[in-house]
Amino acid sequence: MQAQIDTAASNLAGHPAGKPKLVKMAGTLAYRNLFHDRLSLTVTLVGIVFSVVLVAVQCGLYIGSERMIAAMLDQSKGDLWVVPYGTKSFDDPSFLIGHEKYAVLSTPGVGAAEELVVNFSNWRKPKGGTTAVLLVGSDHENGTLKPWNVVGGSVAQLDAPDAVAVDDTYFTDLGIDGLGDTAEVNDARVKVTAVTHGIRSFTTLPYVFTTLDRARNLLAAGENQATYTLVRLTRGADAKAVRKRLEERLQDREVLTQAEFRKRSVDYWLFQTGAGAALIAGAALGMIVGVVIVAQTLYSSTKDHLNEFATLRALGASAGYIHKVILIQALMSALLGYSVGMVLSLLVIWASKDTTLLIVMTPGLAVLLFALTIGMCVIAAISAIFKVTRIDPAGVFSR
Amino acid sequence: MNEAVATTAAPNILLEAEGIVKVFGSGDHEVRPLKGINLKLRAGELTLLMGPSGSGKTTLLSILGCILSPTEGHLIVAGNSTDGLDAEGLANLRRKHVGFVFQGYNLFPTMTASENVMLALDVRAAAVVDPPGHAVGALTAVGLEHRARAFPAKLSGGEKQRVAIARALAGRPSLILADEPTAALDAENGRAVMALLSQVAKDPTRAVLAVTHDHRTIPYADRIIRIEDGYIVSEEQADKTATHTNDSHAPKRKRIVSERPLGGRYRIRRHA
Repeated sequence: MQAQIDTAASNLAGHPAGKPKLVKMAGTLAYRNLFHDRLSLTVTLVGIVFSVVLVAVQCGLYIGSERMIAAMLDQSKGDLWVVPYGTKSFDDPSFLIGHEKYAVLSTPGVGAAEELVVNFSNWRKPKGGTTAVLLVGSDHENGTLKPWNVVGGSVAQLDAPDAVAVDDTYFTDLGIDGLGDTAEVNDARVKVTAVTHGIRSFTTLPYVFTTLDRARNLLAAGENQATYTLVRLTRGADAKAVRKRLEERLQDREVLTQAEFRKRSVDYWLFQTGAGAALIAGAALGMIVGVVIVAQTLYSSTKDHLNEFATLRALGASAGYIHKVILIQALMSALLGYSVGMVLSLLVIWASKDTTLLIVMTPGLAVLLFALTIGMCVIAAISAIFKVTRIDPAGVFSR
Repeated sequence: MNEAVATTAAPNILLEAEGIVKVFGSGDHEVRPLKGINLKLRAGELTLLMGPSGSGKTTLLSILGCILSPTEGHLIVAGNSTDGLDAEGLANLRRKHVGFVFQGYNLFPTMTASENVMLALDVRAAAVVDPPGHAVGALTAVGLEHRARAFPAKLSGGEKQRVAIARALAGRPSLILADEPTAALDAENGRAVMALLSQVAKDPTRAVLAVTHDHRTIPYADRIIRIEDGYIVSEEQADKTATHTNDSHAPKRKRIVSERPLGGRYRIRRHA
C-alpha cells in the first residue's frame, strides 16, 4: 500500500527526483476556518474595523490637538520665551508688565527679541452678531511668527490700514465670505487682506493676525506692552546662563525654553482640562471593545472547530501547532480588519480636512495602529488558546 | 517534553502492552475500564479488538494510540516506551508512529480530500517531493484520485472513510489504529474499507488494529482479540496456511489465548 502511494505520488509529481520539502498547511487550515463561517468573520471584522477606526480617530485627534495647541509655538523660531508669570498656554494670554524687549536686548547672549501681542477680542460680524477671537499681533516683516499657508491676499498686505488675516476654516464663524470683507474687532473696523488655510485653534476661537501696532491699538495695550517676548540667542551663547540672567532681570515673569512652553501648553489643554484624557480613554475603549469582540468571535470559532482541533491533537499535532493555527487566524483577522479600518480612517480624516477638527494620520501612527491591531488580536486569541489547551484528544473516539 | 526512551523489542512487534490498567476517578467514583491488559501487535497483521459496549475497547485504543496514559503497566510503541511521557511526549509518539481512522471519519470539513491528507503530512512534519502530488497519490492508492478536490460534505461515507485511511497512512506511521471503521457504513462500503485496511496491513512494516463490534469485519482479520469487562478474554489467530472456505477473505483460525479467570487474575492457555 505504501509503495502504491509512493508510486502514484511519483507518477503524478512527474519529477520524482526533486528535493523533499515540508508541507505547510497550518495557514490553509486557519484561512479555511476563518472563511468557513462568513457571518462570524464579518462580526470579527466589524469589531476590528470599529476598533481600528475608533483608535485611529482618537489618536489622530490627539496628535491633531497637540499640533493645533502648539501651532503658533512651532511656527515661531525662538530659543527662550518671556511670558507673564503663571501663563498656562499660548492660548491663555495676559500682558507682560512692559519694556521687556529692551531688558532682553540688553542682556548678554541675546541676539534678537521679538514681541507678540496676543489676546482675546470681540469680532463683530458684518451681518450682525459677535464671536470671540484670538487676536495675534506680530512683526510680519522681521519676526518669525506671521500668517502661513496663505491662500488669498498676502502677508505684506497686512501693512494696509485696518488689515487682518484670517483662516478660511472659520469663515462661517466669522460671518464673512473671504478676502476684502470687513468686520469689527473690539469696535474698530478691520478688513481681511490675507486668508490662510488650515491654521486651526484647539480652543475653536479663530486666530486673527494683524500687525503688532494694530494689535496694541485694538487691545488698548501700551506701546511697550506685549504678551510674549521671544528671545533668540547669539551663536554660541549658553542658553542656561542667559535664561538665569533674564530671570534675575525680569521679576514676576517666567522665562521658558521653546520646548517647555510647548509642553506646558499641550499639557494644560490635553491633561489639565481633561480633553486629552478623554481622547486617550476613547482610544483605550476602542481597543477594549476590539479585544472583546475579536476574543468572543475567535473563541466561538474555536469552539465550533473543537472537534477538528481534537482530531489534530489525536493525529499528533503539538500544542504549539494548534496554537499556531489559532494565532494565524487571529493575524489574518487583524490584517483584514486593519486594512479596512485604515481605509475608513483615512476617509474620515479626508472628510474632516476642512472642518475645525484636525485629525492627523502619520506613518508612525499607522505603524502603531498596525502593532496595536496585531496585539489586540493576539490577546483576543488567548481565550481560544486556553480552550484548545484543555482539549482531550480522546474525545475524538466518542464523536 | 519528555523524549521517548528507546527500548529493545522483537523486530516484528510494533506495539507491546504489558499489564495495562486504567482507572478513572477515585473513591466511590472510581471506574476501572481496564484491569490488566497484555497484548502485542505484530507487523503485517490486521488485528481486530472486539467486545461489547463498556468492555474497555475504546479506552484501550486510546492508550495504545498514546492518547491516554495507563494508570499501571507499560506500553512500547515502535520500540519507544511511553513511561513517564507527558502530553507533548505522547503527541510526539503519535505524530511519528500512529495513524488513526475514526468511526466518524473526523475529516476537516473545510478542506478537500487531498488537503486533509496534506494536513496530516504537515502535522507529521513529513518532507515529500511534491506534497499535492503525494496527497493525490495517497488517494489514488485508496481508489479516490478522482475525488481529490472534493470536500468531505460531497463524499459518501465509504469515500470519507477511505480518505481517512489515506490520511492515516500519510507520513508512513507504523501503527494504524481504527475505531469502529465500518460502524457508519453500509455492508458494501464496510467490506471495501475492511479490504483496504487488510491491504494496508499486508505491509510488513506496519500493524493495523481495528476496534469493532461489527462481525462482518471478522473475515478480514489476521487476529481477533476479545475484550470483556477490562480483560482480554480470548485471542484467535488466523491460520494462513489453511484453505479458505466459503469466504475468500476468511482464513481458518486457531484459538490461542484464553479467558478471564476468577479472582481478578487471568491465565493464558495456548491451544494448538
